Amino acid sequence: MESKEAAMIQPTRRRLVQMVLGGGLFTSIISAIYPVLRYLIPPPVADLGGDEIVAAKVGDLKPNGSKIVRFGTRPALLLMTGEGEYRALSAVCTHLSCTVQYRNDLHQVWCACHNGMYDLNGRNISGPPPRPLEAYQVHVRSDEIVISRKREG
Amino acid sequence: MRLLTRVRDWLDERIHWADLIAPLKKKTVPAHGLSYWYFLGGITLFLFGIQVCTGILLLLYYRPGANEAFESVQYVMTRVQFGWLVRSIHSWAANLMILTAFAHMFSVIFFRAYRKPRELTWLSGMVLLFLALGFGFSGYLLPWNTLAFFATKVGTEITGQVPGIGHHLMVFLRGGEEVTGATLTRFFGFHVAVLPGLTTLFILIHLALVQYFGMSVPPGVEEHWKASPGEARQMKFFPNFFLRELMAWYIALGVLGALAAILPWELGTKADPFAPAPAGIRPEWYFMFMFQTLKKTPAKIAFLDGEVVGILLFGVAGLVWTLLPFFDQAGKGRGRKLFMGAAIFALVYIVAMTVYGCMAK
Repeated sequence: MESKEAAMIQPTRRRLVQMVLGGGLFTSIISAIYPVLRYLIPPPVADLGGDEIVAAKVGDLKPNGSKIVRFGTRPALLLMTGEGEYRALSAVCTHLSCTVQYRNDLHQVWCACHNGMYDLNGRNISGPPPRPLEAYQVHVRSDEIVISRKREG
Repeated sequence: MRLLTRVRDWLDERIHWADLIAPLKKKTVPAHGLSYWYFLGGITLFLFGIQVCTGILLLLYYRPGANEAFESVQYVMTRVQFGWLVRSIHSWAANLMILTAFAHMFSVIFFRAYRKPRELTWLSGMVLLFLALGFGFSGYLLPWNTLAFFATKVGTEITGQVPGIGHHLMVFLRGGEEVTGATLTRFFGFHVAVLPGLTTLFILIHLALVQYFGMSVPPGVEEHWKASPGEARQMKFFPNFFLRELMAWYIALGVLGALAAILPWELGTKADPFAPAPAGIRPEWYFMFMFQTLKKTPAKIAFLDGEVVGILLFGVAGLVWTLLPFFDQAGKGRGRKLFMGAAIFALVYIVAMTVYGCMAK
């Protein structure tokens, strides 16, 4: 009778010990892995540029001229058309994120990496780019050329 | 489980896995009242593993350079999630590792485990200890804080006092005449490339020698076992000793985690090479006994510079200590007593001077 009882109890005790030890080990491993995983995530970089920057002074650009400026954390392209009109576009190619440039011989925006071509409104017109470049608003305030993100609505 | 068996069978067919692990299965460890001392080397190895892991993590954010180092460590500690914990563990484990390495060394001395045929094991262990001290010295500077800056200045200046090659050695360490950003670049290179490479090599040699010779049995126990062979006990390495060692590692991890979380390592203030040294400049505690001795050495001993005498004495003592196995005359009663007396003196001196140095303002 007693031995039968022992046989009944033994596996339960063993299972309890296994659960406690295994659970402890599992918790320990998780408590080591969790901080490491969180540590690996880089902290977000503050976008100090905001939505608006002074890109240039009036007179910096000649007609058919262009300039790459820092807009937040990414580059933007400010250009003056042959007619003397300012345009501002994101300079990040929508294909594989190379930085585009203004071709004053073609009067188009060109990405050297894979020969992508955009018109002066940022529309992708030839080559691999799948989407148009984001266009920014340009204002002239006294002698400063200010570019800003277009607000929704 | 079935998959696991299949993988094992697959490996066994190709690399004869069973033959490879056969020696591990046969390996035994002497079982006696002093067996616990065998854990110390393993704990030191475990802490080294922690250092490698946390060191790699710190490398993800650390930037060497006088203008960036302090800021990047500050960034790790304030902006990166759990960054304070990772750095704190790295600092604490470094200190605990030096401590367990010293304890391991003294246990080897007092149980005379270095005796024939294990002299090479001792020598490789001493090399590892010096490498660990090099890790400590180079790593101390990396956060580029005031304390570390001046400690490195003093430490490398002391190297410069060595007659003959001293100055060249100092310039080599500093990467110039002064401690500057160039020193930081060098120390960073030593700390993350040179020292880890050498240490890995010597750990492999050290472990291979330990496997080859097996664990040393303390002389007292050995005599007793020789007198009554029936009482000689061995413990299987796997799993009996291995699981005990794992428990020791687990406890070490617990102590480490508690220390790192409750007493996070401080960063201090950024080093300014043109500011006067603040009060309380001190090296890491494991250099304290040397630092304190040099501080207490008179400026002139006979016609010699006191500092130089002190440095030479430490150099000679270090060399003698490294070559200890060759001075230990086995079986000679008086020589043995003298030897043990010297070892005890060394331990007491190191402990006393460390405590004295840490208490002194």
